[in-house]
Order: sequence, then C-alpha cells, then structure tokens
Amino acid sequence: MSDPIDPAVAEDVRRPSYGQRRRDRIDALAQAGAVDDTPGVSLIRGAWLRLRRNPVFLTGAAITVCFVVLAIIAPWIAPWDVTARPLLDEVRPQTNPVPGPQPGHPLGGDDRGRDLLSRLIVGSRQTLIVGVFATLFGLIGGVILGTIAGAIGGAVDSLVMRIVDVMLSIPSLLLAFTVASLARSPSQWTLIVSIAIIQIPIFARLLRGSMLAQRSSDHVLAARSLGVKKRAIVFRHMLPNSIGPVIVQATLSLAVAIIDAAALSFLGLGNPDQRQPEWGQMLGLAQRYISEAPHLAFYPAGCIIVVALGFTLMGESLREALDPKTRR
Amino acid sequence: MLRFVLRRLLQMCVVVLVLSMLLFAWLRSLPGGPVSAILGERQTPERRAALEAALGLDEPLPVQYQKFLQRVLQGEFGVSTKVLPGTDALDVFLTRLPATIELAVLALLLAVVIGIPLGYFAARRAGSAVDTTTVIFSLIGVAVPVFFTAFLLKYFFAVEWNLLPVSGRQSTGIDATRVTGLFVLDGILTREWDAAWDALKHLILPALALATIPFAVIFRITRASVLDVLDEDYVRTAEAKGLSTGVIRSRHVLRNAMLPVLTTIGLQAGGLLAGAVLTETVFSYRGVGEALATSFREKDYAVLQVLILAAAVIYVVINLLVDIAYAVIDPRIRTR
Amino acid sequence: MTQHQTIRSSPRSTEPLLSVRDLRVTFQRRDERAFKAVDGVSFDVRPGQTVGLVGESGCGKSVTSLAIMGLLPKRGNTVEGEAVFDGDDLLSLSPSQMRDRRGADIAMIFQDPLSSLNPVITIGRQVTEVMERHQGLSRKEATPKAAELLDRVGIPDPKARLANYPHQLSGGMRQRALIAMALACSPRLLIADEPTTALDVTIQAQILALLKELVVDTGTALVMITHDLGVVAGLCDEVNVLYGGKIVERGGRHGLFRQPRHPYTVGLLDSIPRLDAPRGEKLNPVPGSVADNLPWDSACAFAPRCSHRVDVCTREMPRWDGDDVVGFRCFNPVGGPR
Repeated sequence: MSDPIDPAVAEDVRRPSYGQRRRDRIDALAQAGAVDDTPGVSLIRGAWLRLRRNPVFLTGAAITVCFVVLAIIAPWIAPWDVTARPLLDEVRPQTNPVPGPQPGHPLGGDDRGRDLLSRLIVGSRQTLIVGVFATLFGLIGGVILGTIAGAIGGAVDSLVMRIVDVMLSIPSLLLAFTVASLARSPSQWTLIVSIAIIQIPIFARLLRGSMLAQRSSDHVLAARSLGVKKRAIVFRHMLPNSIGPVIVQATLSLAVAIIDAAALSFLGLGNPDQRQPEWGQMLGLAQRYISEAPHLAFYPAGCIIVVALGFTLMGESLREALDPKTRR
Repeated sequence: MLRFVLRRLLQMCVVVLVLSMLLFAWLRSLPGGPVSAILGERQTPERRAALEAALGLDEPLPVQYQKFLQRVLQGEFGVSTKVLPGTDALDVFLTRLPATIELAVLALLLAVVIGIPLGYFAARRAGSAVDTTTVIFSLIGVAVPVFFTAFLLKYFFAVEWNLLPVSGRQSTGIDATRVTGLFVLDGILTREWDAAWDALKHLILPALALATIPFAVIFRITRASVLDVLDEDYVRTAEAKGLSTGVIRSRHVLRNAMLPVLTTIGLQAGGLLAGAVLTETVFSYRGVGEALATSFREKDYAVLQVLILAAAVIYVVINLLVDIAYAVIDPRIRTR
Repeated sequence: MTQHQTIRSSPRSTEPLLSVRDLRVTFQRRDERAFKAVDGVSFDVRPGQTVGLVGESGCGKSVTSLAIMGLLPKRGNTVEGEAVFDGDDLLSLSPSQMRDRRGADIAMIFQDPLSSLNPVITIGRQVTEVMERHQGLSRKEATPKAAELLDRVGIPDPKARLANYPHQLSGGMRQRALIAMALACSPRLLIADEPTTALDVTIQAQILALLKELVVDTGTALVMITHDLGVVAGLCDEVNVLYGGKIVERGGRHGLFRQPRHPYTVGLLDSIPRLDAPRGEKLNPVPGSVADNLPWDSACAFAPRCSHRVDVCTREMPRWDGDDVVGFRCFNPVGGPR
C-alpha cells in the first residue's frame, strides 16, 4: 500500500520552532540530493527521464528560456531607444497623461512619451540581472557559510546555524527592506545586495544539511578511510554531491528574487534611474495613473508574473523529481 | 507542558536578544551615522551633541550597546521626522497598530477559512480536474506580487466598478466614536452600525489582497499534508475499525494534517507584516505597514527602529503562540 | 479448552465462516500495464480455525486480506470474485454495510504498530472509539471495558496506559494495544497481517503466544498472514502457500511440514535456519526473486526459480491438484505425483 515512513524522519518533520516550516523545506531538499545508494548518474538520469515528460517542467523551462533569450537580445530587438521620447508631443498632463497605442507603438507610450514596448523588452534585462546576481551572491554567501559549518562542525557549526536560524525567522521581505534602507543612494545594486542577503541563510542551511547527510555516507567514509585529505573530501566528494538540491533552490530563489525586487522597486527602494527600465520600477511608476492608464501597470506585472511562474514551475518540478518520497 | 512553555520562552528571549544586536548593528551602519539618522539632517548642534552623549558614541561598542538596550527598554526611540513629524516614534507605532491588527486578522481569517477546506477538498480529489486547477491557481497566486493583486482589486472594485472605497480606513463624512482603535469593533461596541459597516467596506479590498499569499500557501500545505495523512497506516487502522467517515475525517485525518498547517499559519502571520507594507501603501491605509513604507522611503529612522523591533517581537510572539498550540494538539511535543 | 479441541479436530464438520472464491485483484496504474496482484485465490476459514497465508513479499497475501476487508483504495484497483462471510458476499456489500462489519465482525491488525496507531490520540480513546461505534456505548461506559481489554492483552497498569499516547509505549505494548482494539467488539474473524514482523524476536514470541491464547479462549477464527513459516508452525491449523498471486500449495500444518509437495514450499522450509541442523550445513534460500516471475496464463510463475523444473513448466499453467483441504499446483511435485 504505502511506504512505511521512517519514524525518525516523521518525528523530525513534526517538531516545530521558529521558522520551522521554511527550515523543514530546506532540510528536506538537502536530504534529497544525498541519496548515495544509487550512483549519481542514474539518479540524475532518472530525474531527467521523468522531467522530460512532465508538462509542468516543460512549461516552466519554455518560459525561462524565452525570458533569458529575450533579456540577452533585448537591445537589438527593441524598436525604440528606452531613453528616447518619440511620443512626447502626445502627452497631455491634464487630459491624456499616457499616450495610447498607435502605429509604430503597439502598446503606446508611458507618461514621459517613451515607447512602452521597448521599455518592457529592455526591462527584462534588469530583471534578469537583479534576479541572477541576487541569487548568485546569495548562493556564494550560503555556500561559504554552509561549507564552513558543515565541514568544520562543532562550535562553529552551532554558532553559524544559530545566526542562520534567526535570519530565517525574520520575514524575508522585511529583512530586505531593512537592508535596502541602509543604502545612501539606491541603485540596482541595492536590490541585488538586499535580496542576496535574504537568500544567504537559505543556501547556508541547505548546503550544511546536505553536507551533514553526506558526511556519514558510504563514499565519504570510504574516502576518509583511504586517508584522503579533509579538504579534498569536502571539495571533491561532498560539495559536488550537494549540487542537485542547490540547483533546485536556486531556481525557486530566482522567482522569489524577481518578485521581491519588484516589491522593493515599488516602494522606491530600488533603482530610481529611469534610463535603466525595470519591471518593478515601471510598476511602481504606473501607480499614479491607475484610473487613466491601468495598462501601464498590467504589462510589467504580467511579465513579472509569467517569469516568476516559469521559474517556480521549473523549480517545483525539479524538486519533485529529486524528492525520494515522490520517486516511488 | 509548563516546562515546554518555559523553554520556548527562554529561546524566544535569546532570539529577541540576537535581533536587538542586529538592530544595533543596523543603526550604527545607517548612512550619515545614527545621530543624523535619528534626528534628521537639520538639527541644532546642541541636540546633536545631547543625542551623541546619550548614545555614548565615543564609548566602546559594548557600552554603546548597553545604552541602546536601556533606551529601547525605556521606549526612547526618538522623534519622528517624516511620518508624523514631531511625534514620539513609539506613539506613531501605537496609533498605527490597531489598523494593521484589524487588517491582518481579517486577512488571516480569510486565508484560513478558505484555504484549509479547499486544501482538504483538493486532497480528497487528488488528481482530478478540480484538484489540478486549484493547484495551478495556487502556484500562480504565489507568483503574483502582493502589491499587484492590491492594484488589480483597487482598479476593478474601487475605480472601475465603484463598489468599494478606494483608500483609507473610514469615509470622511462619518463621525465615529473611538474606543479600541479597531474601527469595525468600535462601531459594533458603540452601536454606530453605519460606522462599522463603512470601516468594514474599507477593509475588504486590502484584506483580500493581503490574504492571497497566505491563502495560497495554507491551501498547498493543507493539501499536501492531508494527502500524506491519508496514506498513513493509522488511517487504514481507523478504516479497519469500521469507524464512520465523519470520525475518520475529523479525528484521524484532519487532526494530524493540521500539525504542519498550524506552523505555516504562524509563519504566514509573521509574513503578513511584510505584505501589509505593500498592501497598505497601495490603499493608503494608515497602518503600521504604511508607516514602515513611508519611513523606509523617507528615511525616518526613529520610526523605523521602533517598527522593525516591534515587527520582530510580534513575529516571535506569534511563533511562540503557534508552538504552544502545536504542543496542545501534538502529544509527542508535550510529553517528551 | 477441550470443547475447542473437538472443534479443531473436526474442521470439516462446520460450515465455513469465511469462504473466499476465485478472488482476483488487478492494479491498473496510469501509463503502466495492469498487474494481477491476486490471481484466483480460494480458501475457507471455519469458526475457531486458524488459517495461514504464507509467501514472500509481493505474493499477494496482504492484498488478499485488504480486499476481503474492503480496504484497498478504490482508484486503480479492480476486485473480482467472492468472499462470503456469514452468508453475505463482502465484496458486493455497500461501503456503509462494510463499515458496519469492519471492527465488529471482522477485525484486522497490521504490521507496524507505531505507524498503525494515531500519534495524537490516547490509547484509551483509540480503544473506546471502536466500542462507541459498534456497541453504541458512551465513552464513559466504554472506558472501564477498554481497561479490561488492555489487561487481557497483557498490558501492565492498564488504567494508566489508557491516558498514554502511542509514542510512550514500547513496540510490543503497541502491538498489544492494537490487538486490544481489534478484539474490542469480539469479532468472529481476526486477520493479522504480519503482526510480528516489525518487532524484536523475543517480543515476537510473546505476541504470537498471546494471539494463540486469545483465539483459543474466544473462539475467534484467525487468518495469519506471514512470510515466516516458523510463525505458521506454532499457530495455524491450515496453511496456504501463495506465489505470484495464486495458492501453490495447501495442507494441514503437520502434513505440509512433514511432506511438502511444491518445490517452492520446500524452498521456504529449507531457508529456515535450524538450531538442530548439523554443523557446517548451509542454508538454502530460494534463488532469484519475484521479479523473475513468468505470467501464470502460459506457464508456472515459479518456473524460472525452480530446481524441479521440467519442460512443460514454461509452456502450460499447472492446474490445482487436490481439494479445498489439501492440494498443490505443480507439474513435477516433490515426492512424485499423487
């Protein structure tokens, strides 16, 4: 009928405390990559075979690929320069603050007479940059902390993990706001750094959990018994085997980073420089024209939703594919 | 049970202490230093000197931290510069708090009341079209930024169709008596029904917007958890005993399935504050979230200090309450 | 005691309590081929009798019991055949009629006592709820009876245990509590699905002794499902050996152990470690696994693993050679044809 559930695992899942749910999710993911009774290749291949037929994954992957390609080629396919104001003459602050669609401008313009479609296309770039760099920095920070904690263990481990747990217990968006408010003059780097900081504890806990699961695994014990140096074990055996869960988390983090970046921009904590359009920023600026031109908000918001959904679908199906529980 | 609560309380104190250190570090690294940050740029040199002395900026860090703690415990956070210029920062928080409580409670109530039954329903029909549709909607729900949901609701229900008020907490024409600061409750207590109804109408849209994310999360956790529990051996045992469907569902399935859901609700309750920052901004709803947004944007650090610390404490307290509730329904925690 | 002895010594004199006829269970998962988990199983259980269903995991023994109890998930499973209990075919009863039988007339205990008990409800509540459901007792009335039951299954200090939660009990105590729940409404048939597998060896013996004592005292018929012939030897009046969803051999306990006919039964007996075996003698496990099975329609499923295989085994399905008391399904039985 059903697989019997390991009582130790069940016990662990049900123990609550601060930020427990998030920690559980992270820990479950950390365990997922550390199954060492099957060779790594077949594990990944098995996951891939399942994913290839999974419509959820394919949808997510298609959205993601389109978005990344668009962001890369954006400057070449955008019909207008994002700083040019070809529709300036159409802007009437009193009667018609936002020019509507017209020949050459399928989506119309914004309140300064710039071409909306071009700004949307080029905006994908900033969104991608912020999402990728924030996740990347969060990942690097998390890998460093997690590796230190997982490899050294003992007092260092508990100290690092206590700090990580407190960070995880703060609502992440609030933490991002707080960090962003430290910036003297906000720029896209404010966004990247503040979002990276809220990702660090997630990756740190993930890496450490995954390393702990592997420290007692057979291949690490074998390497240790052969007298392989500790550093070599960590970098050659433990880190590479943690990569699966990290990729999953990174994919999910990208979605969160994009949504959070939009929220920060919306509150005016992001990049105020309108020469670099970004979807969150465009959405924030559109607030003023809610009754006259709601489409000004709908387009960037739609883009954010679709892209975030793409990463989420991909990440969730990857997680499912790696999860031993669903792999029956 | 008592020992469990005490242990949790102790843990909570440690967390708050660590948070206060983080807040202290944050305050020290504010642009322009803490003095400018708290008093604002345009202040008399006397007041600056007074604050510098109070903060003990020339003294070693541990002493500074100790002074900081003292001020925090006495509720001296400084004076608001931007949100409500001239008002004590703590008072700003206290006057704004009821509005956010009202909003958050309604939002969480909506999320729980709709999310749990729907999650249970979806799990019972796992794999069906209804289930797939609801799961896809909940995934989309998580991908939609809260402030855009708020924007959409505001655009359609308030601007386009004119069904509900666009912003604020109470229409200007209404002269209501204030008792608790919770406008709906005030109206009910004083039997000013029109005031209560008016306040409720102002609440609906922001609460709906705020409820979307917790709803989506609670729905998904409930569904996953019920699915897990339905697979458990003890549900089969209950079936083998020939118990009625009602007893199996309530006593054996739901009770166990609620454990992870409860943790999630606690987590979401804390997360509501972040959502309130965005939702309240869209609806110009004068609560703590709007104050946070304004002070973030306008760099009103005196108010920020209070609000961040309060947010953290509220979050930790909610988690404590959840832990206790958890222990009440899970004997494995209570009797360990 | 003597009275039961007489019943036992002449099992054929009474009508069967449960009569399973040609039971078939097919699993149909999406994108996969249909799998026949149970493929035409027939057996009888008479009042007070203990019948064993023996086989490796995957042979269909647990599925058989779950099908009789109506506990198989509705989706993806087809159940055909008959299971006549007390004049009614259990397989064609409505779900609510079946609910009235389960726990009252037929009870079941499961393999893993920890996961089979609800972790957040007291033992007492889990015992009383059966009596509340089937005997119309109030919780207050049922509580002293629950204490008696716990006492009867050998749980010390039963009154205090009523307020305990499953995690506070040891493995053996949990299984005893599950047995108490199953016996709460004095069922006429008890199905035990590997009740000792998850327990320590010493506890296993205690639980088996308890089960034996209880079925003798109460006259409850018992269907014992196990992979362990050692368990069968001490407990069962009649033994059915299952392989690949079919019964391959049936016999009385003594007959089967003294002169097994089917090579699979022989293999199972050979794989039991014996203390009295000569020094240096090796254990003989059955080679291969159920994954090697051939489909029953055109062969003997056991043929690829069988040391007694002859040509016909891979071409034709062996027929049942015998009656509903003794028999086997083999072209080339150990000890020659009947």
